[in-house]
Amino acid sequence: MESQALFDAVKAKFGDAALELQDAGFRPAFVVVAPASIADIARFLRDDPAMRFDSLMCLSGVDYKDRFAVACHLYSMSHRHAIGLKAYLPKETPSLPSVDAVWPAANFMERETFDLYGIVFEGSKDLRRILLPEDWEGHPLRKDYKYPESYHGIKV
Amino acid sequence: MKPNVPVEALHTEEMLINMGPQHPSTHGVLRVILRTDGEVVVNARPDVGYLHRGLEKIGERVTYAQFMPFTDRLDYLAAMNCNCAWAWAVEKLAGIEVPERAEYIRVIVSELNRISSHLIAFGSFTADMGAFTPFLYSIREREKVNDLFEAACGNRLTYNYARIGGVSADLPPGFLEKTKEFLDYFEPKIDEYNNLISYNKIFVHRLANVAVISAADAVAYGLTGPNLRGSGVKFDLRRDEPYSVYPKLEFDVCVGTGERGVLGDCFDRYMVRINEMRQSVRILRQAVAQIPEGPVMAKVPRMFKPAAGEVYFRSECPRGETGFYIISDGTVNPFRLKIRAGSFVSMNIFETVTRGLMIADIVAVIGSFDIILPEIDR
Repeated sequence: MESQALFDAVKAKFGDAALELQDAGFRPAFVVVAPASIADIARFLRDDPAMRFDSLMCLSGVDYKDRFAVACHLYSMSHRHAIGLKAYLPKETPSLPSVDAVWPAANFMERETFDLYGIVFEGSKDLRRILLPEDWEGHPLRKDYKYPESYHGIKV
Repeated sequence: MKPNVPVEALHTEEMLINMGPQHPSTHGVLRVILRTDGEVVVNARPDVGYLHRGLEKIGERVTYAQFMPFTDRLDYLAAMNCNCAWAWAVEKLAGIEVPERAEYIRVIVSELNRISSHLIAFGSFTADMGAFTPFLYSIREREKVNDLFEAACGNRLTYNYARIGGVSADLPPGFLEKTKEFLDYFEPKIDEYNNLISYNKIFVHRLANVAVISAADAVAYGLTGPNLRGSGVKFDLRRDEPYSVYPKLEFDVCVGTGERGVLGDCFDRYMVRINEMRQSVRILRQAVAQIPEGPVMAKVPRMFKPAAGEVYFRSECPRGETGFYIISDGTVNPFRLKIRAGSFVSMNIFETVTRGLMIADIVAVIGSFDIILPEIDR
């Protein structure tokens, strides 16, 4: 399915929650959505017979300096097409609904994004730090992250 | 004799056990927190991250070319595949055309590395199951692949061989002949492995019907590579999202068949890897016969600055899909570099499939997923 047609289908169903299509320079293209609707749109993309995005390839956090984003890369095993799904989040309170009920694969990737960016996934079945120790302070992949001097008395 | 107390009145309780992070069968520093009821696992929760080195953060501080040696440390048993995956991803981002000879060289070293990686998977898995001899066999064969790689790039484990735009050096004289010799030597060995262990009754009993993953679950949980194909899903990026010169090469996509138990059990995942080695031999024979003469590097500027944009590229590595999500802001460093690794995603389903198994089966599940920790923790 062409990315423009796909975006139009999302727009027709969800109206203003579908914000824009990022096409030129983006491979695959991104459908940018309002963060609050991401789980509903994800479910639609998975279940609609013309979409069938049953596979979540990758879920990543991004720090665009002025705002955060969560980018999902989706793939359809039956239709063999791919699309990106992105939601921009404000710096102060980066949170959005979890998609792990739609794709169970999301759980570890969301935990990683929470761990390294501090983005909160509401309604996640298990949101804990995954790569860093539970008492680690800060979120290292943020662009403004300050490296700590020490950790439990160990010089870093 | 009847017990004095009724069974219901006996005091039993669940036990919490740490398996790892220093446990020989966890393939590195994986820690599994087991909650057990006698021999039965109530819950097995993986705790990862002991090997976290912040590769993605490092990626934002080095140039595209400088990140190449770090991809070696992503999956050290398949460093060639990771090298090439990074090169292909950056080339897709920047739109670089690579000379055909370089692409053939990449496919040859990738498939050789797939064989040596699957050999370790096979050897360590059988060792986990209590058979020590096959491990020595697999190491013996892997040495020959390492010798070939040493001839090509000077290294035996972390190769740093691919470059953005090609490979660091052309193959040395005699490399292709030696590769052919290796293939002639290696191909009959696969039958030897099957005679030695694959259909051994005890071995089959340890694996068949254990940790069955349905095709739908495998897709939903994002399994890739042999773990996905073990559940019968015929999906291989080399065929379904072709890159490099794979479209010119003929091979079959191996899937699990449930031949000794239920489709998607540990035995199927094991057998997919054995069969894939045979397919890699097949690919290698064609690639060695077809490889053209010519340059091995495209012209890439020394100050390499890809245009601003975002790209996601994935390729078929021995442990599943290795994907790179690169955001370029037009400078010499990636603005954001996300690594999607097959082993990391495989661990996600671990807790679900191990529920209700015996403790000894946990070892079988870890081995059948063929995880590698540096790729999980990055």
